[in-house]
Amino acid sequence: MRFAYDTEYRQGFALLRHPEDWANYGLLAALLLAAPFFASNYILGEMAYVLILCIAAMGLMLLTGFTGQISLGHAAFVAIGAYAHAWLMRQGVPMAASIPLAALIAAAAGLVVGIPAIRVHGLYLAMVTLAFAIIVEQLIGMWRGVTGGFMGLSVPRPEMFGLSLASPTAFYYFCLAVAVVVLLGLLNLLRSGLGRAFVGVRDSEAAAAGLGINVKRVKIGAFGLSAGVTGLAGALMAHHIGYLTPDGFTLLLSLELVLMVVIGGLGSMRGAIMGAVVIGVLPVAISRLKAVLPDVVARQFGLELFVFGAILAFFVLFEPRGLNGRWLKLRALIQSFPLYRRDTFRRQKAYMKSERDK
Amino acid sequence: MSPELALFAQITMNGIAVGAIYALIALGIVLIYKATEVLNFAHGDILVLGAFIAWALIALMGLPFWAALLIVMALMGAFAYGLDALVIRRIAGQPQFSGVMLTIALAFMIRGLVSMIFGPESQSYRTPWSGQSTQVFGVSFANIELVIMGVVLAITLGLWLFFRNTRLGVAMQASSQNQLAAYLNGVQVKRVNSLVFALGGATAAVAGVFLAPIALVDTALWLVTLKALAAIVLGGFGSIPGAILGGLLIGLIEQYAGVYLPHGFKDIAAYLVLIGVLILRPRGILGEAHGRRV
Amino acid sequence: MNAPLLELRNVSLHFGGLKAISGLSMTVQPGEVLAVIGPNGAGKTSMLNLVTRVFNASGGEMHFKGADLRRVPRHRIAHLGLARTYQNIELFENATVLDNLMLGRQRFDQGRWWQQLLRTPALTRMEEDHRAQVEAVIEFLELSPWRNALIAGLPYGVRKVVELGRALCTQPELLFLDEPASGLNPEETRDLAFWIEDIRADLGITVVMVEHDMSLVNAVADRVICMAQGAVLAEGTVEEVQNHPGVIAAYLGG
Repeated sequence: MRFAYDTEYRQGFALLRHPEDWANYGLLAALLLAAPFFASNYILGEMAYVLILCIAAMGLMLLTGFTGQISLGHAAFVAIGAYAHAWLMRQGVPMAASIPLAALIAAAAGLVVGIPAIRVHGLYLAMVTLAFAIIVEQLIGMWRGVTGGFMGLSVPRPEMFGLSLASPTAFYYFCLAVAVVVLLGLLNLLRSGLGRAFVGVRDSEAAAAGLGINVKRVKIGAFGLSAGVTGLAGALMAHHIGYLTPDGFTLLLSLELVLMVVIGGLGSMRGAIMGAVVIGVLPVAISRLKAVLPDVVARQFGLELFVFGAILAFFVLFEPRGLNGRWLKLRALIQSFPLYRRDTFRRQKAYMKSERDK
Repeated sequence: MSPELALFAQITMNGIAVGAIYALIALGIVLIYKATEVLNFAHGDILVLGAFIAWALIALMGLPFWAALLIVMALMGAFAYGLDALVIRRIAGQPQFSGVMLTIALAFMIRGLVSMIFGPESQSYRTPWSGQSTQVFGVSFANIELVIMGVVLAITLGLWLFFRNTRLGVAMQASSQNQLAAYLNGVQVKRVNSLVFALGGATAAVAGVFLAPIALVDTALWLVTLKALAAIVLGGFGSIPGAILGGLLIGLIEQYAGVYLPHGFKDIAAYLVLIGVLILRPRGILGEAHGRRV
Repeated sequence: MNAPLLELRNVSLHFGGLKAISGLSMTVQPGEVLAVIGPNGAGKTSMLNLVTRVFNASGGEMHFKGADLRRVPRHRIAHLGLARTYQNIELFENATVLDNLMLGRQRFDQGRWWQQLLRTPALTRMEEDHRAQVEAVIEFLELSPWRNALIAGLPYGVRKVVELGRALCTQPELLFLDEPASGLNPEETRDLAFWIEDIRADLGITVVMVEHDMSLVNAVADRVICMAQGAVLAEGTVEEVQNHPGVIAAYLGG
C-alpha cells in the first residue's frame, strides 16, 4: 500500500503524484513520440484513428461517466463536427480556425440536446439521444446543398500555418498533440470546482442543489462541453476518412462510443482511453485473426459485431468497473502483494432498487 | 371514390398493418419492462432471428407457413426464456443503465450470429396470401395486411384473457406490480420473469414472421425496436394499452409522412414524435403522471 | 429579543388534498440550538424541505435575515448561509470524503471555467484556500482516517459525520440537521452532542435539529418546538414541552 505523506495541499492536487507515475507515463510518452520511427504508415494511420477515438470517448466519458447522463447518440456530434469542419474548410476558412469553430458548432448542438436533459433522464434521455442521432444521420443525407447528401463530401487536405499535415507522420503528431491537450484540459477541469459539480450532480441532484450547484446549468453545460469535445474528434475524423458520407456516422458508431466508456470503466478518463484503444484496435485484430481462423468463421460478416457484443456483455456482468477497475485491482495486488485480500474491492450487496418512479 | 380518398384509405390500411406489428413489438417490450425493469434493446434482434428461422423453414425446407409460425414461436419463446434465466437475471437489482448495456450487448451478439449463420443478404419467403388482394369500395387491400390485423387483434385478446383469467397470468401481473409482495405470496418471481421473457420472445417471433413478408428478411429489421420505443413513449411508458395505441399511431404517422410530407420525413417521423413527446408530454397519451420523490 | 434569523409565518404545504403543513409559524433566534420534535408525519421534514426550497410552499411567508425565501431558487439557498443534512443521507456515493467536503465549498468562488481548464496559479491558490477550510472541518470532526475513502465503503455512522462535515464546509449561519442521531450508537450520539455544542459555541452557527432522541435534545437544545399535524403544538424549554398535555396526547395518539 502507498500512503500519502503530503506536506502541502499542492502535492495532493498533482496529476502525477508518485515517482513511478512519472516513470510509467514518461515511458508511454516516449513510445508515442517515437512511434513514427518504427511504425509503418498503415500503423500510424491506425494509431491516429485510435487517438481520435480517444478524444471522442473522453467527450462521452465526461457526460456519462462524470455527470451520469446517458447518451446513445454521440455519433451525431462526431458527424456535426466532421461536416462543419469540412464545410468550413471548403469555404476557405483556415484549419486553425475551422477546427475550434467545428467544435463550437457541435457544442451548440449539444446544448440544444441538453435542454431535454433537464426534464428527462435515465432511459428517457437515452431514447432522446438515440432518436436525435438517427435524425441527424437522415438530415445529413437530405441536406444536399451543404453535406453533399448520400453522394458525400470530400475533405480538403489538412494544412496549418503553411505546414501540410497530410503525411501520416504529421497527422499522427497532430492528433497526438490534440489528444494530450484535451486530456490535460479535462483532467484540470475534473479536479476543479466544475468537475466536482459534475460528480455531485451525478451522485445526488438533491444534495448538489442544496450545496449551491445550479443543477440545470451544470447538466446542460456538461452536454455542451461533451458534444464540443466529441465534435473536435469529428473534425479530426474528417481528415482521417477523407471523404464524408452519412453512413460513416451511424448508430453503430454511437454504440461503439458507449462501448468504449463502459468497458473502459465509467468515471475515469483513463478508462475512456483504455476503452477507445481496445475498441479501436479490435477490428484490426479481428481482421488479422481471420487469416488464421478456419474459413467458415473467418469470412463471416457478423463476427466483429458478435465479438463487440460479447466483450460488452462480459464487462457488464463480471467487471462493471471496466478495464480501469481491473487495472486498479492489478496495481493494488502488485503493491500490496503478500497482503492483498480477495475482497479488498468487493462491493456492498446491492438491493433491488426500483427506478420506476424517478 | 375519388383517387385522393382511395389513396388515403390505402395508406391508412398500410399504416394500421405496419402499426399493428409495431404494437405487437411494443407490447412485448412493455411486458418485459413491467416485469423486470429491463428495457430490452435486444427485442428487435430476437425478431430478426425469428424471421430468418422462418425463412429457413419455409423457403429452404418447404414447411407450410402455419407450421413454421408455430415452430418459430416456440423456439423464440424458449430462446428468450434462456436469455433471461442464464444472462439477464444476473443483473437484477443493478441500475437500469446496466440493463440497457447488457441487452445492447446481447443485441449485437444475436445480430452478429444471425449474419454469420444466414449470411448478410436479404431474403424473402412466400405466405399463403402473397400477391392476393381484396377489393373494398373500389380500393384494393393486400390480404396479408388484413391477416396481420387479425392476428395482432387475436393475440391482444388472448393476452388480455390470459392475464385476467389464468393463475400464471395473475402471478405475472402481481410480480410486475410488487415483486417482494408477490414473492411472499408464493409467486416464483424469477421463473415468472423468465416466462414473461418467453412470452415477449414468442410475440416478437410472430411480429417477425408477419413483418418479413411486407418488408424483407434482413438484419436491418432490428430497427423496429426503435420504432416500438417511439410507440411506447407516445402511448405512455409502461402502459400496455398505450403501447398498442402508440404502435398503431406510429404506423399511421409514418405512412402519412411518407405520402404527404417531403421526401425523407418517413424515416425520421417516429423519432421526431419520440423526442417531441418526451419533451412536451413525458407521460404520453395513456401514461400515469408521477412526480419525483425526494 | 433580537430580530429572528429565520421567520416562518402561517406557512402551508399541500399535495393535492393532503395537507402536510398548515398554518405553521415559528422563529429561529440567532445563536440558539432549537430542537423540533413531534410524532411521525407531523411535518418536521416537510418544514425543512420548505425552507430549503425542495418544495414550494402553498402559502405563507418565509424570511431568512430579511430575504424572502419563497423567491430564492433552490440552488441559491446555500449562498444565503443555510445548510442542511438529510434524513436518509444524501452523500455523493462514488466520490471520496475529501471530494464530498470540497463540494461543500461550491457556494464560494471556484474560479472561471478557463482558469479551471488551464489550472492557473490563481486557481491553485483558490483550491488551496478551499482545501484549508475543508481540512479544518476534517480536523474538527476527526475524519482524517477516512479522508481519501470512497463514501460507498463507509460505515453508517461515519457517513452521518461526513454529511455534517459537508454542511459545515458551506460555512452556514443556520444549520438544519434532519434526525442527526438516528442510526447512531450511544457513543456516537455523545460525540454528536459535543460537536453540536462546539458548532454553536466556537463556530457561532445557529442549529435547528429535527430529532427523536430525547437524550440528545435534552443535552443540547435551548428550546424545543413540538409539531403535530403540520403546525406548532407546543414551544418552550425541554421540560415545558415534555409536560405539555397536548404533546403527551399527540405522542399517545390521543
